[in-house]
Amino acid sequence: MRWWLRILVLLLLGFIAMPAIVACIVAFDARSILNFPPQAWSTRWFERALSYPDFRDGAWNSLLVMLSASVIATLLGAGAALTLEKLEFRGKRTLEALVMAPLVVPHFVVGLGFLTLFAQSGLPRGLPLLVLCHVVLVLPFVVRSVWISLKSLDGRLEDAALSLGAPPGRVLRQVTLPLLLPGLAGGWLFAAILSFTEFSASLFVSTQRTQTLPVAMYNYVREYADPSIAALSAIWIVTTMLLILAADRWLGLSRVLGTEVPGGR
Amino acid sequence: MAGENSTALGHGAPGLLRGLALPAWLCGLAFAAALLAIFQYALRAHVPGELEPGGFTFQNFVAQAHPLYIGVFWDTLLLCAGTAILSLLAGYPLAWAILRTRSRLARSFILAIVITPLFLGEIVRTYGWIVVLGNSGFLNAALAWFGLGRAEMLFTTGGVLAALVHVTLPIVVIMLAAGLAHIEPELERAAQSLGATPARGFFTVTLPLSLPGILAAGTTAFAWTFSAFATPQLVGGGKVNMISNLVYQLGFASFNFPFAAALAVSGLALTAVTLAALSLLTRRVEQRL
Repeated sequence: MRWWLRILVLLLLGFIAMPAIVACIVAFDARSILNFPPQAWSTRWFERALSYPDFRDGAWNSLLVMLSASVIATLLGAGAALTLEKLEFRGKRTLEALVMAPLVVPHFVVGLGFLTLFAQSGLPRGLPLLVLCHVVLVLPFVVRSVWISLKSLDGRLEDAALSLGAPPGRVLRQVTLPLLLPGLAGGWLFAAILSFTEFSASLFVSTQRTQTLPVAMYNYVREYADPSIAALSAIWIVTTMLLILAADRWLGLSRVLGTEVPGGR
Repeated sequence: MAGENSTALGHGAPGLLRGLALPAWLCGLAFAAALLAIFQYALRAHVPGELEPGGFTFQNFVAQAHPLYIGVFWDTLLLCAGTAILSLLAGYPLAWAILRTRSRLARSFILAIVITPLFLGEIVRTYGWIVVLGNSGFLNAALAWFGLGRAEMLFTTGGVLAALVHVTLPIVVIMLAAGLAHIEPELERAAQSLGATPARGFFTVTLPLSLPGILAAGTTAFAWTFSAFATPQLVGGGKVNMISNLVYQLGFASFNFPFAAALAVSGLALTAVTLAALSLLTRRVEQRL
């Protein structure tokens, strides 16, 4: 590579990494107002971030919603992908469009939609609403991930099992599903990350009681200027990097990335 | 191993497979119902002080022809287009570096830095930008250190644009790299061996061949930016507004949900038209290649 291209790439990488690095530095600032560079160091903002009730409740809600939404979406997405790949039926294109459409609809519109739907039907705005909203938002990614795995799966293995007399349900359980496991794991992981970081739609459908961690952080940034959020962000950034490293080891980064290329937020 | 796909399983057990798709149908229908709820709200009158909307009306769409709202629509389009163009310009060298770097370590390093922000979520990234752009933030400290004075960056269009580009850059790089991966480096080398300068080889061979990837990445960047909410809200601080911010304000500050719904519908229509035009352009370009 030419030298000027190298410098350009380094500058661009600096642009990408800058906010995360600066937030991590500010997290250790002893003062209670944002002022770069820090003059004295402290870990008190980590203590405050970890003990602040809204963040604790938010983290708990986020975990609950993430686990339910990602597991439900993986089950629904796997079923939809299997049917879309293996079966010709009327309404196939409708099902595909319904399942994939949330990719192109902005999250704030999805959030507003579920809010008005629940308001009109007189249903309560509890955690189930958040879970439903997140399932709808992450479903396209699971369907895509499983579908890609299905397309590269050797169909003759299923044919062999069928021709040897195994009933279809057993073939699905003992042949198809084990072969699909990497696709399912990749889809689940991606759904979990997307759900945990989702903000715009959650802001619309959550209440003070059901707010997720990103919503609680947003409300905090609007009210206070201290570096608690920087401390929380630092924890978040380090955890995410460890997760990415783990995903790379176990699943291969390209597989995880393969599911996300045409993405939506 | 691209397997031969059989639908024998489907022939053997259509009922089983149909049953497996049933929950996904329900989920899709819930989504459709949510969109319908927006359309239905958009055509109802706002009763001040009441959450329940009034009777049928077109007023919510007529009222959008106000310079205030047209201005926000226009700003949103400009921010989306600007973000798409800037992330393409910044993303192309990065995608190029990922594909053409010989060292595996350097490639993994670039890729890791590029994709990490993708998993951080809107809030953590936007907060990072507040710390970078703020009046006593990182960039102003750097400017002062170099003796260049201070600059107002938070709550400006430029600041919002930088943060928005930061959000779309990872996906643009990944999509551009996927497109560039299909182009043989030998083609460019062939052009150079026939006497073309490296620059000419790039502009007459590689760039035109990567045009479909560029358009796909640009389209995605445009659509992503349109749905941005926290970034313009926090970095723009009410001075730079996008449709998403207006919809939220109308809903949660004025409790005028019918008008918020109507704005969301117009926004959806606007993106649908733009995305359709972009996909038409992409198809044209692909036909010519």
